[in-house]
Amino acid sequence: MQFIRPDINIDFIGKRRLAYVFSALLLLATVVTLVWHQGPRYGVDFAGGTVIQLKFDRPVSLDAIRAGLSEIGLGQGTVQRFGEHEDNEYLVRSDLAESRDGLAQELARTLDGRTGAVTDVQRIEMVGPQVGKDLQNKALFAIFFSMLFIAIYISGRFEQRWTVAALIAAALIGAVYGLSLFKVGIAWLILAGLIVTLILFWFLELRYAMGAIVALIHDVGITIGVFSLLDKEFTLPIIAALLTIIGYSLNDTIIIFDRIRENLRKNPRNPLETTVNRSVNETLSRTILTSGTTLVVVLALFTLGGGIIHDFAFALLIGILVGTYSSIYVASPILLLWQKRARRT
Amino acid sequence: MKRISWRLLLITAVLVTAAIYLLPTLRPGTWPHKRINLGLDLQGGMHLLFKVDRDKAVASAVDRTAEDLRAELRRQRVQHDLLEVREGRLIAVELRGQKPIETFQEILDKDFIGLRIVEDRTQDERRSLTLSLPDKEIAHIHQLAVAQALETIRNRIDQFGVSEPDIRRQGDDQILLQLPGVKDQQRAKELIGRTALLEFRLVDETHDLEAALRGEVPAGSEVLYEISRDPQTNRSLKTPHLLKKRAVLTGEYLTDARVQIDSQYNDPYVSIDFDAKGGQIFERVTGENVKKRMAIVLDGNVYSAPVIQERISGGKARITGNFTTEEARDLAIVLRSGALPAPLILEEERSVGPSLGAESIRSGMISMIVGGLLVVVFMPIYYRRAGLIADAALLVNILLIAGGLAAFQATLTMPGIAGIILTIGMAVDANVLIFERIREELTLGKPPRAAVDAGFDRATLTILDANVTTLIAALVLFQFGTGPVKGFAVTLSLGVVASLFTALVLSRAIFEQTLAGRKVEHLSI
Repeated sequence: MQFIRPDINIDFIGKRRLAYVFSALLLLATVVTLVWHQGPRYGVDFAGGTVIQLKFDRPVSLDAIRAGLSEIGLGQGTVQRFGEHEDNEYLVRSDLAESRDGLAQELARTLDGRTGAVTDVQRIEMVGPQVGKDLQNKALFAIFFSMLFIAIYISGRFEQRWTVAALIAAALIGAVYGLSLFKVGIAWLILAGLIVTLILFWFLELRYAMGAIVALIHDVGITIGVFSLLDKEFTLPIIAALLTIIGYSLNDTIIIFDRIRENLRKNPRNPLETTVNRSVNETLSRTILTSGTTLVVVLALFTLGGGIIHDFAFALLIGILVGTYSSIYVASPILLLWQKRARRT
Repeated sequence: MKRISWRLLLITAVLVTAAIYLLPTLRPGTWPHKRINLGLDLQGGMHLLFKVDRDKAVASAVDRTAEDLRAELRRQRVQHDLLEVREGRLIAVELRGQKPIETFQEILDKDFIGLRIVEDRTQDERRSLTLSLPDKEIAHIHQLAVAQALETIRNRIDQFGVSEPDIRRQGDDQILLQLPGVKDQQRAKELIGRTALLEFRLVDETHDLEAALRGEVPAGSEVLYEISRDPQTNRSLKTPHLLKKRAVLTGEYLTDARVQIDSQYNDPYVSIDFDAKGGQIFERVTGENVKKRMAIVLDGNVYSAPVIQERISGGKARITGNFTTEEARDLAIVLRSGALPAPLILEEERSVGPSLGAESIRSGMISMIVGGLLVVVFMPIYYRRAGLIADAALLVNILLIAGGLAAFQATLTMPGIAGIILTIGMAVDANVLIFERIREELTLGKPPRAAVDAGFDRATLTILDANVTTLIAALVLFQFGTGPVKGFAVTLSLGVVASLFTALVLSRAIFEQTLAGRKVEHLSI
């Protein structure tokens, strides 16, 4: 059985400008929605606060829950249905960022009275403001460093320029650390780090690394954008999902790059454009198959995995789709950027 | 042929090892006794992050020093205008006249030589001094406070009875606790966070309590409250007491604390034993203060303030109050394990009930089985016989991850299950890469044997490159992540390594086995 004929030749590269416009629009939409929502909506992990998961043994009304909550001083919190309808589960979010003695018992007692159902306080998560800030910084650093290390690996493996790559990394880590002493916001720090990384890659002509990193920023950016658009929360598992997307999207990108490298060796005379396009086509069957199987399992997780993992699976879903697209339409065409410049001069 | 047998040996060894490690998880009690730990999110339990308020430890050291200084000044009858603690770290002293200043200097040089002089002004026979603890001393107190808190918490958790608790220091001043399976979470939290500073203090009977309540608190004394609950009316009663600030005896000298039942009223109380030194102090203080009142104070709350009837020897005392048996038991535990050197501030709390965990495991398993089955069914349809090889590799892959989790005593969390599910998708990828390559080689007209060899050789490097990057992301995640996220990083890393093994070693061995010794015309791929 075959989905893709071996002699397939779709002109992906020829349509790259269309793809650039498309990606640019998506990224622009990401920025717009982030600005519109005044930054990403942080979950309690990052913002500090309390999340309470409640389960009732019979259907209850939201108003009864709210009334019970305000009775014990959690009135400003939001209440949301969680998971399947028949589960009678609710999620309460509150700004309360300190531990309260006997909260679970108090909640159960009050809500039992208000709703007439038996309340099971399934989960309480409280994160203090300081811890939230720490976790936020850790998460940002995790994303930054994984991108950086991956970029070094790619420069080394694909262009045999380990030293240059390692020097860039050392300089960047030093700079980020140095700047952090001046108490610049971590988010700005990382943004600055990424921009400097891209500029360096550009001038040092580390094209494979550049392609991979741009694709990663693209994928992570758009996933964040979708989350922001749907007003979903950023929590620790979502950061884990973003990092997985980084790994996954890179997987795809590297397999295409690998083929490009091989074809360049085989036919060094062919124009780069042709080689890139051929390589994308040759690996297309694999790209579709792998994305397909991964999507199937993630879909299973998304639909059957339960409430806690739902958003995590959703992030992966978006990431895999965008990651597959970006390997073909973003990472590969970037290799051609330098060629243009060389021709002009 | 020789190469193949070597490979078979390796495969057998790996599979058997994985199976052995998995055994205890499936059937508890078997060797090698390493089971897959379920994370707090799966089996229920608490994750608590406490911050040790180290500055409070410094403040109480400064308070003690100030009280010692005051006592010494009084003993040597040195008149002073002012002696007070400022900002919880400075001791301010003001004296007048030549004689007091001289004696004070002597005391300072003799008994308080360790104190640092922050400011010293002498003007018109009037000397004002600001003293503090030296920085080294403060650093030492900081260090000790966290270490001692850690030790105390360990003690309390041991006595409370939690199986496999994980208690560790995090950063400079934080303590992280992972308590799986704790049912009575509120009680556990209270038990850990209680400072449990036990003090015996004399009641200040020379000054007027009413005046103190109006705000005229005499130096060296303070007002503390006794809170009692009337079981009949269910109202709590607050009784003020004017107590000396200086404790005559603290829980430091305690050797044991036990719950006992009062034979007369059937009320539980806590009986405490002092060591020899504590016993002596207790005997001396009670002897010197017969017919006066002494208060038992725990964490700033007065439990009782009985009148001393006679000199008490033998180093025993009892703490009464209207406790329930459970309260008395917890009080005994915290007293036995000693006081916390500084208050704890709860900075992060995540508690999951056991029912939610069971639910998560169930839905995680269902989605794993459904997703896995879809892939397993699809592969042979697309790749025919070779698809079966991919399926075998997939199953072995899951076995290896599970075995690896047990062997490394890693913790399986909900995101961890997601990691395994994701690995199913990605494990197939390595085989897909190889199969696609073999197909390509076959289209180029190579004979099956050569096509398989070329396919594996070409795909190996690609697979390595692609997986190393995922591994990098997973390792960074492990480094920065906490709790559940760490579990995800572990399963993802294990999955990457396992899929490298199954694709590059196992699949290849099966391929070569089917091709070996026969002349195969057609490859089912």
